[in-house]
Amino acid sequence: MPIQFTHDTATLSRRRWLAATAGMVLGLAAFTSAKAQETIKVGVLHSLSGTMAISETTLKDTVLFLIDEQNKKGGVLGKKLEAVVVDPASNWPLFAEKARELITKDKVSVVFGCWTSVSRKSVLPVFKELNSILFYPVQYEGEESERNVFYTGAAPNQQAIPAVDYLMKDEKVTRWVLAGTDYVYPRTTNKILEAYLKSKGVKQEDIMINYTPFGHSDWQTIVADIKKFGSAGKKTAVVSTINGDANVPFYKELGNQGVKATDIPVVAFSVGEEELAGIDTKPLLGHLAAWNYFQSIKDPENEKFIKAWQAYTKNPKRVTNDPMEAHVIGFEMWVKAVEKVKSTDVDKVIDALPGIEAKNLTGGVSKMLPNHHITKPVFIGEIKANGQFDVVWKTPGLVAGDAWSKELEGSRDLIGDWVGKKCGNYNTKTEKCGGQGS
Amino acid sequence: MSTNFLDRIRAFLLAILLSVALAAPALGGPFEEAVAKFANDEFSDTDAAIGAVATSGNPLALAIISALREGRLSADPQSRKVFVTQGDGKVIDAATGAAVDRLPDGAAAVRLNNRLRRTVEAALGGLTLLSPDPAKRIAAAQSVFKSHDASALAVIDGALATETNKRARTAFTEARAAILLYKPDATEAEKLEAVAIVRARGDQEALALLTGLGGDVPPNVARAAASAITSIQGNLAAWSMVQNAWYGLSLGSVLLLAAIGLAITFGVMGVINMAHGEMVMIGAYTTFVVQEIIRTRYPGLFDYSLLIAAPLAFLVAGGIGVLIERGIIRFLYGRPLETLLATWGLSLVLQQAVRTMFGPTNREVGNPSWMSGAFELGQITITYNRLWILCFTLAVFAILLGMLRYTALGLEMRAVTQNRRMAASMGIATSRVDALTFGLGSGIAGIAGVALSQIDNVSPNLGQSYIIDSFMVVVFGGVGNLWGTLVGAFTLGIANKFLEPVAGAVLGKIAILVLIILFIQKRPRGLFALKGRAVEA
Repeated sequence: MPIQFTHDTATLSRRRWLAATAGMVLGLAAFTSAKAQETIKVGVLHSLSGTMAISETTLKDTVLFLIDEQNKKGGVLGKKLEAVVVDPASNWPLFAEKARELITKDKVSVVFGCWTSVSRKSVLPVFKELNSILFYPVQYEGEESERNVFYTGAAPNQQAIPAVDYLMKDEKVTRWVLAGTDYVYPRTTNKILEAYLKSKGVKQEDIMINYTPFGHSDWQTIVADIKKFGSAGKKTAVVSTINGDANVPFYKELGNQGVKATDIPVVAFSVGEEELAGIDTKPLLGHLAAWNYFQSIKDPENEKFIKAWQAYTKNPKRVTNDPMEAHVIGFEMWVKAVEKVKSTDVDKVIDALPGIEAKNLTGGVSKMLPNHHITKPVFIGEIKANGQFDVVWKTPGLVAGDAWSKELEGSRDLIGDWVGKKCGNYNTKTEKCGGQGS
Repeated sequence: MSTNFLDRIRAFLLAILLSVALAAPALGGPFEEAVAKFANDEFSDTDAAIGAVATSGNPLALAIISALREGRLSADPQSRKVFVTQGDGKVIDAATGAAVDRLPDGAAAVRLNNRLRRTVEAALGGLTLLSPDPAKRIAAAQSVFKSHDASALAVIDGALATETNKRARTAFTEARAAILLYKPDATEAEKLEAVAIVRARGDQEALALLTGLGGDVPPNVARAAASAITSIQGNLAAWSMVQNAWYGLSLGSVLLLAAIGLAITFGVMGVINMAHGEMVMIGAYTTFVVQEIIRTRYPGLFDYSLLIAAPLAFLVAGGIGVLIERGIIRFLYGRPLETLLATWGLSLVLQQAVRTMFGPTNREVGNPSWMSGAFELGQITITYNRLWILCFTLAVFAILLGMLRYTALGLEMRAVTQNRRMAASMGIATSRVDALTFGLGSGIAGIAGVALSQIDNVSPNLGQSYIIDSFMVVVFGGVGNLWGTLVGAFTLGIANKFLEPVAGAVLGKIAILVLIILFIQKRPRGLFALKGRAVEA
């Protein structure tokens, strides 16, 4: 999903990077001196500096936490897991460089990483060329299925479409504002949503689409426009694909201009527990978010995870969020696949992964599908005054992720199938591999 | 919401009047059963419970529903008992009204969703139409205006007969008109009168009401409504110009605030200071720290937190500014490219330092009560935080101007920037003045951070989003001229806000950049160019 524009392209050694390097050097020294047994290396490719550090640092900690837990259970195949952490510094070309370094120099067996779609796109060729595995944990725009990538975040049909369905049925919304930040994820998602709404009989004049630049902070005009659009005598809702950081001023303006969730609800796809930690949530009461996981979900697995996570980070207030859960699921799937084939060999693991099941944290069992996406439940949560979400609706079962949207003209007939067809963009009409995309 | 439900509310109102008259509350099985439904934790049951409690005529009903709205209604799923936590912290059993020592451990607040919140809101709106507080009566009338449910008509007619408050009277009249407009059996004359009343109200909600009317009304009424819609739209279009102008002023004030420090360091001293944004960020983080201390130690002072933070932010950012000038910039005077690179690197160092100290995620800076909310001026909404920021910016600007003009330091600063050697020979310690000038610019950036923390994220990236805009304003306004910065900021703000509705936020921003480039081609020194030998030096 989200990407943030950054001027921060410098690769100067920052304090954190230095600290990490120093830590690695020390670790290496300990390693050589102790002549420890052989380990399995796991790459962590998340930005620890630059604009995306705000979201990705938590995911790095999550992977380290998972590795720690796994090692306590005796590791994998009798070997300990060892994390190799690199910092691509929110710099897209550097993502590709660091990915290459992880695979060729550090010889990692698997990589957990990336947040923005552009960073994923920039490492794709590297993973293909060097044949390695990437677990991508963030909800994204879909229209992709690659042999070397496993998508544990939501595809549009696992987040956007169910959210719109909920508003249509439960809130009886008939007029729609699709507001997003101006880049690929919101544009693709809004294209899918627009096609979907029209297929449900919503007229063009009842859809308002609005794009804003990255880090937009002056929302006065747009909030006033939304108010105006909402005063046409029909129930109106805002579907927001506004990027993480621009959300705070957006919600502040909504609160100040008195747009209440009971009048015009806003459903967001990029606002989770982490983002809300930076805002006073009282004026946001009742606004919605759609995710596959919420920290507030009552489930023994979830409670166990939150407890262990807060103990690991030594912070009893540390929140959990959806992309973290995606890493939890992805990690467990990878461990199971490795144990199934008794090897970390990339080709064997890739072939073993489809069909592997892993418990998610909300009481269900997610399954890796032949298109390298997973099955997930979809939840709609309302923002509570304490910065958490209250689940007001969920899908009856798990939803299978579609690599290619059924709503778009160009991708309707495409499927990803790496088991039977060995193809990421198989056209079911022409029965040929190929078409748009890779 | 069903009319049936509102019928029940009306019944409930009557029941309240009756029960007040007879002073004999009806306690019985159905009420307790209804209250117990809150413990089911199902939205449909909660919905049914609200309706049943409202019709029960029990004197506890109002307390229960208002507690539900404010999240003070808790239910214990084990014993299926429901409790109201009163305003003073005391807990009572919702079914019996008996006092309870404390909430049971398993009790959790009864959950609401938006649909239920609307139901509760409407129920309370119906209940508070007869409230002794005029503000509550007006709010209740407004919610009836929005829902225009016919069942409230009798209560409103009754209230109108005795209402003395002028604003409440208007609100009731408008609510009555809204009901009549949608009431199928109202006469044509009544409806025409209603259209006229709604037309006189003339705001967006009136517009929503009229556009939602649809076709099933007498032709005369439809015509009147159509003409009212056109008139309201025309009126609103005129107001939207005023609104754009206000938004422009407000954006301009933010730009000015961010740029004003740079107008000193870059404009007056000529240092290309890429770390300017980070000074703003440091000011915002100072606000955060101040608020944290106030929250934990002196919660009563929260409303003054910004006033306390502003001088501290000035000192912290200003101090860091002096250190930067002494440590780095003084070795680089006259080498703009190296200054640019050094301060750029410095900005990254500062960002990462803050990220290491405070973590990469946003920090919550609260709005004091006097900076929250909005008020209506005619048909436009003016938010308090933007209004205060505008006042604050102008105050900072005036103080800075006064300082440069009337204080000894200001005089020395102007002397040094105009002719360094001459100033030095007059006995001014130029290097000390340099450090203080840079510190002043940085300190003002810090103060800007205090204000910007109210409208933007407080994250390590805060400064980056303002650096480009700040340079744009200073260059456009004319380097070295504070008045130029003022005019430049407001011109850009207003131009941006008039372009945005037409071209969209993204294109609007591009258009502004293109316009500035063209303008700079024509007038390379900006709006207000300094003239004289100082410029040539």
